[in-house]
Amino acid sequence: MAHAEGQQHPIGIYLKIWGLLFVLSTASYLVDYFHLQGYLRWTLIVVLMLLKAGLIVAVFMHMLWERLALLYVIVVPPVLLLVLLGIGALEADYTFLTRAVFFVQRLL
Amino acid sequence: MSQPTLTSTGQAVPLPEGLPGIVADWSSDQRAFKRVPWGKAMMWIFLLSDTFIFSCFLISYMTVRMSTTEPWPNPSEVFSLTLWGAKIPLILIAIMTFVLISSSGTMAMAVNYGYRKDRTKTFVLLLLTAAMGATFVGMQAFEWTKLIVDEGVRPWSNPLGAAQFGSTFFMITGFHGTHVSIGVIFLIIVAIKVLRGDLDRQTPGFLTGRKGNYEIVEIMGLYWHFVDLVWVFIFAFFYLW
Repeated sequence: MAHAEGQQHPIGIYLKIWGLLFVLSTASYLVDYFHLQGYLRWTLIVVLMLLKAGLIVAVFMHMLWERLALLYVIVVPPVLLLVLLGIGALEADYTFLTRAVFFVQRLL
Repeated sequence: MSQPTLTSTGQAVPLPEGLPGIVADWSSDQRAFKRVPWGKAMMWIFLLSDTFIFSCFLISYMTVRMSTTEPWPNPSEVFSLTLWGAKIPLILIAIMTFVLISSSGTMAMAVNYGYRKDRTKTFVLLLLTAAMGATFVGMQAFEWTKLIVDEGVRPWSNPLGAAQFGSTFFMITGFHGTHVSIGVIFLIIVAIKVLRGDLDRQTPGFLTGRKGNYEIVEIMGLYWHFVDLVWVFIFAFFYLW
């Protein structure tokens, strides 16, 4: 079997994903263009971002057709970053609080 | 040419799918990543480590942005351009995003034509990808010049608001731009290899001495798509948030 290890897919799938990425990027640009604010803005940004990232990894990087042994090794560890995200947010809130207290005291 | 799975059974052993597949792959006393050339597996591992580097940058950015008492400059206005007499918000970054996504599209097609041994098409598509990458870096240089020279933004201070804006901006986009620049150089190298027919003749690479084959186009592609992937996150968190 020649090139059993190569990824061979019809060209059409790449063009479709390409088009979809354009649509999603335009949508995320429009979020800013129409000045959406608050939770609506943040939700849309994150959802569109995750959709784009998913399409790139799944189709352009061929993760969709790889064996689960590789998929899990690459996709599961980044979930740990959510812990770092949480720690960063806690730390930031605390720093902001101490700064606010300090600057208010200096004003008095 | 690629070898069939190396076993003594005379032919490739069928591999189980799903969770039993994971157990079988990892307990096979062979290489764990089946149907993947080791170069590709190693590129994936490298990209995983790079994911952590960029995530550290982005999470640090979140931390300093949340904790500053100064107002954060509005990226929508900072990165706007005046085109045809109208001020369009964030337009430069939007164009950069579309350029990078298009380069990812041509890259994916280059990989596909590479496996079909269509040397001319692969070469042209790789070169097109490199050209769009270079365009992206050029636009980034323009953006940096505008911010540094016209707006007076520095990594340690800036007149628009919180000083952390400058530090995180130069750090994150600088690191990403470096990745794109390195990618452009490697794209050109791979494109030349494809055009010369090095990959058909299995000519050893000048750096690694490994036999040339079309897998290196796909491995190059993984790196390039990753650069695009990182930009998706930077675009969302730095420019749109």
